[in-house]
Amino acid sequence: MKRRKVIGLFLLALGFLIVGCNPEAGADERKEQEVIVFAAASLAEAFTEIANQFEIEHPGSTVVLNFAGSQQLTHQLSQGAPADVFASANKQQMDAAIETGRVMEGSQQPFVRNQLVVVYPASNPGKLQNLTDLAQPGLRLIVAAPEVPAGQYAQSFLSAAGQNDSFGPTFRNGVLDNIVSYEENVRAVLSKIALGEADGGIVYISDLNGQAARQVGSLAIPGELTMVADYPIAPVNNSDENDFALSFIEFVLSNQGQEILQSFGFLPVRSSQ
Amino acid sequence: MRTKQDNEQSNRHRPVKQATSIWRDPWWISSLPFLLFLAIPLVAMLLSISPGQLIENLSKPQVRQAITISLKTTTITTLLTIIFGTPVAYILARRQFPMRRAIDTLIDLPIVLPPAVAGVALLITFGRQGVIGGWLSDQGIHIAFTQIAVIMAQTFVAAPFYVKAATIGFAAVDAEIEQAAAIDGAGTWQSFRHVTVPLAWAAMLSGAVMTWARALGEFGATILFAGNYLGRTQTMPLAIYIGFELDLDVALTLAAILVVLSFLVLFVVKGILQRELYAVGR
Repeated sequence: MKRRKVIGLFLLALGFLIVGCNPEAGADERKEQEVIVFAAASLAEAFTEIANQFEIEHPGSTVVLNFAGSQQLTHQLSQGAPADVFASANKQQMDAAIETGRVMEGSQQPFVRNQLVVVYPASNPGKLQNLTDLAQPGLRLIVAAPEVPAGQYAQSFLSAAGQNDSFGPTFRNGVLDNIVSYEENVRAVLSKIALGEADGGIVYISDLNGQAARQVGSLAIPGELTMVADYPIAPVNNSDENDFALSFIEFVLSNQGQEILQSFGFLPVRSSQ
Repeated sequence: MRTKQDNEQSNRHRPVKQATSIWRDPWWISSLPFLLFLAIPLVAMLLSISPGQLIENLSKPQVRQAITISLKTTTITTLLTIIFGTPVAYILARRQFPMRRAIDTLIDLPIVLPPAVAGVALLITFGRQGVIGGWLSDQGIHIAFTQIAVIMAQTFVAAPFYVKAATIGFAAVDAEIEQAAAIDGAGTWQSFRHVTVPLAWAAMLSGAVMTWARALGEFGATILFAGNYLGRTQTMPLAIYIGFELDLDVALTLAAILVVLSFLVLFVVKGILQRELYAVGR
């Protein structure tokens, strides 16, 4: 008898556990006005503000935000994570999401642009005056890993500069020799520059707001050398609230949404604005 | 009658003999979910990569470099921990002093803190602008983003496992035996080397292995303090994390090696220790 009791109690606990963890049960409890947005880490501040404004414009709505590296978000989508909107930091990850079938081909559209910028600690220990100084021997530079979008853009900047007369052919290798770390995300680059751990680094212009911006100086990279990063946004398939997902995307593309993005350092996607 | 009673008493602290099948034992049945919860993900990961793929990935320089750096840094970490941790373990086991509990707690701290905290703390201290790092930097010595930083991060996070185990080991050695050795003319080192260590080696070994295993898995403090540079500071956990974002095969290969290696080492050491305990018990 005792044994049965133990097993019974145990099965009961297991039952609760299964019911509690069942994703379907969770989905039923989702509020009608909820929209789940998967957005690239670099959008964190801007999308938090956009979500606030959206909730004011659409009373009763709740925006649930999930920020991570774009590639991680794509992995989560491919594993079936519930989502209504996907905003990626580059085309590759949006394409990967389309490949998994979670995003419909053709439904994606660019909503914002970003650019790279060279940053250095406010005290400028490497005495950086212009971009060519980055190749000076003995400097310590950090960039994002080539696996993440910001790192890819940094690599293509170096290649483009190497073919440019004002930098010369030795520029690219000179810079690569100075790199001491390939960080796993672009915000880590900024934090370590702000701490003064390296003489220079490459981040997005949009990263230069908030507290870190006051601790670093920056050198602009000419537009012809840095591939402008277009961020695509799209509704996620098999979301039962697609209408609402679409109105969120509409809001991001509206004048109000674009203004918020610009106030966080992003560049508008439409030339008319 | 008497013999029977003796037998019963001596059996009291031994495991109960298994009479019925485990499927009829409620303790076994209620243990299964937890055991499966730990085992299934690890086995599933090992099965997700074919032996052919594994061998092919092993020839990639990125994978080899990560394994080499991990083995090199964790070995140095473990040796440094034994050298610098043993005296601390000894005073904790043998000396009474006012701040004893504070020091004991200090040693517990890295075990419970997120490794990211250790990374930030090391960066703030030994980074270029840091209290000590600033001075070193003036001498032309840079620690952050080097293999020294990898070893420091691992030591900070993993050393407490050895110190705690060694403390318990030393405390279990009867102080009178050491005193007897001292009376017989043994010096501090001689008494430690020939009396304490032979009696406490099992605890020291199990602590050192835990430190090594924890150092092998160290990620958070390393990526913050030592950064990520292929062939210099990219250890196996870093390569797994970065690889997850681009080359999943590399991540799975390294993860499989890490799981198998850790399991084998812990398993073998447990075997040695069990034999030792059995010998002592007799």
